[in-house]
Amino acid sequence: MKKILIANRGEIARRIIRTCNRLGIETVAIHSEADGDLPYVSEATEAVLIGPNPVVQSYLQVEKIIEEAKKRGVDGIHPGYGLLSENADFARKVAAAGMTFIGPSSDIIEKMGDKIESRRTMIQAGVPVVPGTEEGVKSLEEALQEAEVIGYPLMLKASAGGGGIGMVRCESEQALTQQFESVKNRAKAYFGDDVVYLEKFIADARHIEVQIFGDHHGNLVHLYERNCSVQRRNQKVIEESPSPNLPQEVRERLCEAALQAGKAVNYTNAGTVEFIVDSNNEFYFLEMNTRLQVEHPVTEEVTGLDLVEWQFNVADGGELPAQDTIQTHGHAIEYRVYAEDPKTFFPSPGKLEKLQWGEGARIETGYEEGNLVTPFYDPMISKVIIHGADRDEALSKSQAFFNNVTINGVKTNISLFKEFVGSEQFVSGDYATAVLPQWMEKTKEEHTL
Amino acid sequence: MKELKASMAGTVLNVLAAEGQAITPGQAVLTIESMKMEIPVEAEFGGTVEKIHVEIGGFVNEGDLLITVGE
Repeated sequence: MKKILIANRGEIARRIIRTCNRLGIETVAIHSEADGDLPYVSEATEAVLIGPNPVVQSYLQVEKIIEEAKKRGVDGIHPGYGLLSENADFARKVAAAGMTFIGPSSDIIEKMGDKIESRRTMIQAGVPVVPGTEEGVKSLEEALQEAEVIGYPLMLKASAGGGGIGMVRCESEQALTQQFESVKNRAKAYFGDDVVYLEKFIADARHIEVQIFGDHHGNLVHLYERNCSVQRRNQKVIEESPSPNLPQEVRERLCEAALQAGKAVNYTNAGTVEFIVDSNNEFYFLEMNTRLQVEHPVTEEVTGLDLVEWQFNVADGGELPAQDTIQTHGHAIEYRVYAEDPKTFFPSPGKLEKLQWGEGARIETGYEEGNLVTPFYDPMISKVIIHGADRDEALSKSQAFFNNVTINGVKTNISLFKEFVGSEQFVSGDYATAVLPQWMEKTKEEHTL
Repeated sequence: MKELKASMAGTVLNVLAAEGQAITPGQAVLTIESMKMEIPVEAEFGGTVEKIHVEIGGFVNEGDLLITVGE
């Protein structure tokens, strides 16, 4: 590959450009009107204004992006994460236009994007899935009947959903009755598909995922796990690897199950298998993300590998190294710095009047001082990745780092990290997905007392 | 007549009030998705909804007129 187009924006576009520069690959950036001044636009070899600010008019313009890529003679398109990255139709059209889609094949994207279909595939492959309905539930009567078998509390989910959107926890028959139509309607509005299904709610669960990679020669490897249980609004805030409080024997079985899941669909390129792990270390398949994850640098820091480079190698027909050559060293933690109120989590767009990161961390950011965080996109300002010889060292380096960050002009969650990193709940490593809201509630009560 | 304006750019996800309906201060009348968050828009004042200027799926910019409220 000599030249690629990046169908994305901000930090991930910049991250991809950096690897391309090292490998001698030319890059074409696309941008909306609002993003014209961001660093990734000037850092790419070429840049093209793709449309107005709303994503549907710019970054989701499939035909326009492919036309621009063809015009500029690129060999491949990297979709990054979010936006078009899990759009099977886009992947298909890129290939049909004679270019390489840097990701798995459109068939795999399609199969794993349909949550009911992906659950069915995993059941057949012998991978444990969260107990639930095998098919979609068509009516409320059917849902109530199935719920009797599964038991409450349970999760009502959209089959086309993901990323924390289109799911509701139901405590009782009454709650399920109340939520059923509303979740169906929202699924229709968000994803254009109103198929819903039921899953048992796993209490005190951790969200642990395994990075996998497949090539076109039948090789499939895992790059160990990431614990992504620190969340707000069902969206990740902190990720770390290795996962604390996970016995080695369970870690091995988890990675094995992820490979089994990948084999079941002949997976190629970078993918992530997400699991729910309960307090007894029983684990269940949740979903497969058919793209590079936001939190991939955590894996890069512990393995010393460049996952974007691997994506290019695989897309070019290269062969993956053997499993036993992939080792991890030390401990890595990633913090997502958001432009938001640290207490209410409401977004806070504005101008980054001052942006001073300090030392001791890998910074993946789409912004420089003076840039605007606009209200049109994701509120993430930066990912801060800290590596230590062990978890203790990574934690003390984190504390030192956050004490020296200055961001002015927008509200951020830096103050939350400053306190949370030193909290007993996080330091102990024994935490589940409810840890952040629970800790905030507790701190609030203590302040009131 | 009072005007409720958008405090932030985003996509209208849901309209929770109807024209002719009486609303009270603090009542959520719209939901807007902005920066990957669903934000309820609350009425700053009470009255009767005279006109809804947006529709579900539409994009609004900061300062755009959302709802006109009469006495």
